[in-house]
Amino acid sequence: MMSTKNVYKPYLMRIVKIIDEAPGVKTFRLQFLNEEEGKSFTFKAGQFAEYSVFGEGESTFCIASSPTRREFIECTFRQTGRVTKALAQKEEGDIIGFRGPYGNVFPIDEWKGKNLLFIAGGIALPPMRCVIWNALDLRDWFENITVIYGARSVADLVYKYELTEWSQRTDMKLITTVDPGGETPDWNGRVGFVPTIVEQEEPSSTNTIAIVCGPPIMIKYTFPVLEKLGFTPNAIFTTLENRMKCGVGKCGRCNVGPVYVCKDGPVFTYEQLLALPAEY
Amino acid sequence: MKQLHERAHELLEQKAVSVIIGYGEGTEGRVRPVFIRTLEAVRLLVWDDRCRVNLAVYLNKPEIRKFGFPIAVVSTPATVRTIVQLIAEHQLSIGDVVVLVRENDTVRALIQKEDLEQYARNNPVIFPPFVIEEIELLKKMSIEERFTYWQEELAKCFKCYACRAACPLCYCEKCITDVNQPQWVCVAPHPVGVFEWHINRAMHLAGRCIECGSCTIACPVGIPIALLTIEATRVVKEEFAFTPGIDCNAPSALSTFRVDDKETFIR
Amino acid sequence: MSHRTFTITHENLLDVLTNTIAVGNRLVAPVRRGKKLFFRDVQEVQSIVFDFIQSDESPKDLVFPRVEPMLAHEYNAGNVYLIDFAEKLQPLPTILFGTRPCDAVALSLLIEFFNEGVGDPFVEQRAENLTIISIACTRADSYCFCTSVGVSPNDSRGSDVLLTPIDNDQYYGIVLTEKGNAFVKKGGDNFIPSEPKDVAQYIVTLREEFTPQEITQRLANAFNHPLWMDASLRCIGCGTCTYVCPLCSCFDIQDEGTQTKGVRLRCWDSCGFSLFTLHTSGHNPRHIQSERWRQRVMHKFSYIPQNRNLLGCVGCGRCSRLCPADMNLKEHLCTITKEMTEVKADR
Ligand code: SF4
Ligand code: SF4
Ligand code: SF4
Ligand code: SF4
Ligand code: FES
Repeated sequence: MMSTKNVYKPYLMRIVKIIDEAPGVKTFRLQFLNEEEGKSFTFKAGQFAEYSVFGEGESTFCIASSPTRREFIECTFRQTGRVTKALAQKEEGDIIGFRGPYGNVFPIDEWKGKNLLFIAGGIALPPMRCVIWNALDLRDWFENITVIYGARSVADLVYKYELTEWSQRTDMKLITTVDPGGETPDWNGRVGFVPTIVEQEEPSSTNTIAIVCGPPIMIKYTFPVLEKLGFTPNAIFTTLENRMKCGVGKCGRCNVGPVYVCKDGPVFTYEQLLALPAEY
Repeated sequence: MKQLHERAHELLEQKAVSVIIGYGEGTEGRVRPVFIRTLEAVRLLVWDDRCRVNLAVYLNKPEIRKFGFPIAVVSTPATVRTIVQLIAEHQLSIGDVVVLVRENDTVRALIQKEDLEQYARNNPVIFPPFVIEEIELLKKMSIEERFTYWQEELAKCFKCYACRAACPLCYCEKCITDVNQPQWVCVAPHPVGVFEWHINRAMHLAGRCIECGSCTIACPVGIPIALLTIEATRVVKEEFAFTPGIDCNAPSALSTFRVDDKETFIR
Repeated sequence: MSHRTFTITHENLLDVLTNTIAVGNRLVAPVRRGKKLFFRDVQEVQSIVFDFIQSDESPKDLVFPRVEPMLAHEYNAGNVYLIDFAEKLQPLPTILFGTRPCDAVALSLLIEFFNEGVGDPFVEQRAENLTIISIACTRADSYCFCTSVGVSPNDSRGSDVLLTPIDNDQYYGIVLTEKGNAFVKKGGDNFIPSEPKDVAQYIVTLREEFTPQEITQRLANAFNHPLWMDASLRCIGCGTCTYVCPLCSCFDIQDEGTQTKGVRLRCWDSCGFSLFTLHTSGHNPRHIQSERWRQRVMHKFSYIPQNRNLLGCVGCGRCSRLCPADMNLKEHLCTITKEMTEVKADR
């Protein structure tokens, strides 16, 4: 008799909306085929899932929508490998697989009463978008909310429609930037690499939590800037990405030292990273 | 052995090579690859009948290459042919490798094209006895029997890829089995996946296999897997009069077009 | 239950095994194929090999097969239908006979690992249907090091029945579990009840080269030690050590077929392969072999101990016996515990 559920069996999801974000980058809005499953499904900001195109395989990315909005799940991905390529060819109405949520969460409850500083680069806004919306939906909990977001070029910025919305909000501050040479004539954001912009902005570290997501190189150069601004390693949060298959701590490929990114992560403080070997 | 030690000592002392890849004593009477970089370590080198594994495989390893060419390799006739073949395939250049060989009870260091080629031609690969045994066995079989034989043998394969890792001519940075766009070869070690893998392997080594037997020695489940590539190479030898590993400038047998090709489909 | 003890002659034991097959059980035991020893389905008990130190392939296939179909899908008229193979799995009741005690310990740890947390209906169901009859070791070779990793040549953990060869072609046996009891019951008179005996004299003695604590302590700060590079120069990065290891559990998930119809498989994978950790971006956190060799040793002797308070190795020696480059794990561990100088834990 089988007493354990097959964790590898995905939920079936229908793609209800597809948004072209940037070259090679798309957002899918997904709804559970089985309404009951959808009703009982919960997750928290920071968690990820395995998305499948049956016959091609699974791919890992974060849930990009906010847990406060329960009608759907959104994910944003860049077309890079076999599975993401197959995903990119899907159309509205098609069915894909989804299993999760996996991993730990941003301890957003512990951030009550603090300033939040979000720093994101490139395609790494999605993991952050989830927690940004989560924070905006619970706006009273926090003091100042600042978002610094950069991409290689204007075309590479994702969630442009939301960036416009955020820039018009008075209860938050949004700074967008593109790498030098990536600007268009009508670009009215900043020009410069994310770490440089952070340095110029000099956000206060007092009572502030910094959440940093981006390509490894951006993270590498942003941490020292934050430290210089007085952020302590335990006030800096980030997410790690390692190659994953199972998502549940069994397949053995995502570990960084004794820590499994799929199970013990993907959210880590800089303090935690300092104690780990640099194997990511 | 004394001669080898003297040669090795000399090479390191004169800084003529960065490392000597050779054989040393291993576990329970086995020999194992050793990497000699200091004069004190030279004494670890052994050279006897147990030294059969093809050490040229290490010439492809990034960590070893990092020591810097030239590198010396203690070589069997098969190793020499491998190095010649790797030169022909532009994986190595003349001068990268100091090839230490035994000839008439002396140890020689071959570096130049002519020396390498001459040694390769004069010293055919001697199959380890188990390979000869299996070849004899297979020759006696009918086609059906052979198919059954391979089905049974390959049923053991769990795709550890030790055969690939042990083969000095399997140096592709991205092996066809690892390509997933499109997925040419099934990854799973089920019968289809295993057959696909080995057919591809044999085809990719056809006309290139040096017949060193390293893959068979490496296979943990005892499949005489070298037989496939040896046979494929024998066919290339007969059909195209091409022997790998004896000419540093040889073109590749299977990717060379000749106007007098006897197959019509290609013209 | 109290442990029942018995004796049985070799001949009667073979009869019992013949009978298990006759009543429809699957019998898996060590048999020779060519020069190597495998655990395979046995029809004729005469083919069972008794005189060996350790098999070449481990018996882990029985709970964690090299290929496990997990899911099938079919696309039809805009809908996707899934078949859950965990629900379809009906493993035959299987007697695994003739395992060495280290393998039985390894299997129990492997099963425990898969069942922990989210669980695994495949491993679970296979394990439930498995009865393990082990034979204690009267011989060992220099690759064996069970006693150094907290396992003994007559370890009873994981076995349902443990047999020890004693004089006059007889075995002394202990029934350890209900499943073991059922097996012995079916054997009827062939098993002769016996007083508990001390059979230590028959068991091989194996020197303890180091202790699990010693290795774990030494490895705690060893990540950046130059030893990894030196020790792994001859490693060619095949998957042999991991595929023959009874405890290595890393796997890959692969889809086969087309988007219209296909299967999702779980296949063995190895931390020794460069592809294992390769990101789609081309970045590889473990891009050279020494990093992958370090992962294998650290995983078994540092990370698993930190996370689960046990070692990921039972000292069966297979990885070393079969390594084409003669990477001898016992020797490496001796070097780590005896010779490795301390290095500062810097990044
Ligand atoms: S070494 Fe043997 S088991 Fe491993 S992949 Fe090659 S043939 Fe298969
Ligand atoms: S295929 Fe086998 S026999 Fe041929 S060169 Fe490679 S390792 Fe040697
Ligand atoms: S240690 Fe040996 S068996 Fe393991 S990957 Fe290296 S060469 Fe292969
Ligand atoms: S690591 Fe080696 S010795 Fe330890 S259990 Fe695995 S195969 Fe056996
Ligand atoms: S993704 Fe499988 S262990 Fe983390």
